[in-house]
Amino acid sequence: MAINWYRYASPATFLPVAERLAPWFASAAAALAIAALYVGFVVAPTDATQGEAYRIIYVHVPTAWMAMFVYLVMAFWSALALAFNTRLSAMMAQALAPSGALMAFLALWTGAFWGRPTWGTYWAWDARMTSTLILLFLYFGVIALRNAIDDPRRADRACAVLTLVGAVNVPIIYFSVRWWNTLHQGASVTPGSSSMATTMLTGMLLMSLAAWAWCIAAALWRAGAIILERERGAAWVGALPSARGAS
Amino acid sequence: MSAYAFYLGMAYGACALAVVVEALTLRARRRRAREGAKA
Repeated sequence: MAINWYRYASPATFLPVAERLAPWFASAAAALAIAALYVGFVVAPTDATQGEAYRIIYVHVPTAWMAMFVYLVMAFWSALALAFNTRLSAMMAQALAPSGALMAFLALWTGAFWGRPTWGTYWAWDARMTSTLILLFLYFGVIALRNAIDDPRRADRACAVLTLVGAVNVPIIYFSVRWWNTLHQGASVTPGSSSMATTMLTGMLLMSLAAWAWCIAAALWRAGAIILERERGAAWVGALPSARGAS
Repeated sequence: MSAYAFYLGMAYGACALAVVVEALTLRARRRRAREGAKA
C-alpha cells in the first residue's frame, strides 16, 4: 500500500506521529548510551598516550558530530520552508535549534575538559575550536532572531535565511583541521577507515547513535509543543482529546 | 583514573545534566502547550 507522505506535511497529521515516535527514540537513546558507556569504560582499554583522559572522546565526538549534523538538518528544513512556504518545515527547523545549540555547547565544554589534561589548556583560538564557537553563536542567533520577531511567518523566513547563510560554517569546521595548522588533531574516523582501536570506535559510534536518537526525540517533542502553540486557534487543536480534557 | 576523574566528571556530568534539564524543560513546555490548547 502506497503511503501519501504529503499528508504528514500538515501540522495536524504530523502531531500524533511525532508524539508516538518520540518516546521510542528516547528509549533507544537511553539503551544506546548505556551500551556505549559499558563499551567505553569496561571493554575499551586505557589509551597508551593519554591514559584515562581519552575516555572523554565518548561524549566529545558524538556531541560535536551532532552539533554539525543538526545544523545541516535545520538548513534542510529551512530550505524547504523557503522554497515551498510550508509551516511545518519551519516548525521543524525551530524545534531543532535548541538541541543543536546544546550539542555545540557540550562539544566545546567536553573539549575544554579534554584539552586541559592533554594540551595543557582549556581553550585555544585554533580553527576548529573557533569555528565551533561560531556555530554555537549561529544557533543562539537563530533562536534570538525568532524571539525578536512577533509575526511567526516573518520569523520563519528570517530564521531560514540566517540558517542557510550560516550553513557554510559546517564544512569549515569539518575541513579546518586539513586547511589550517591547528592544535586540534585531524580526523581519526573517515568514511571507510579509522585509526582507532575497534573497541574505542565501537563505543564512540554507539554514543553517536545515542546522541542522534536523543536529538530526534527532543526535536519531535519540541515540534509537538511548537505545533500546539502556533496552531492554538485552529479548530483541530480544540478537537484534540488532550485539549478536551480526556485522558 | 583518579588523576583524570575531575575532567571526566565535569565532561560526563555536564552531558547528563544537559539531557535531564532538556527533558524537564521539554515536559514543562509540552504541558503548557496542551493547557494553552484547552483554553
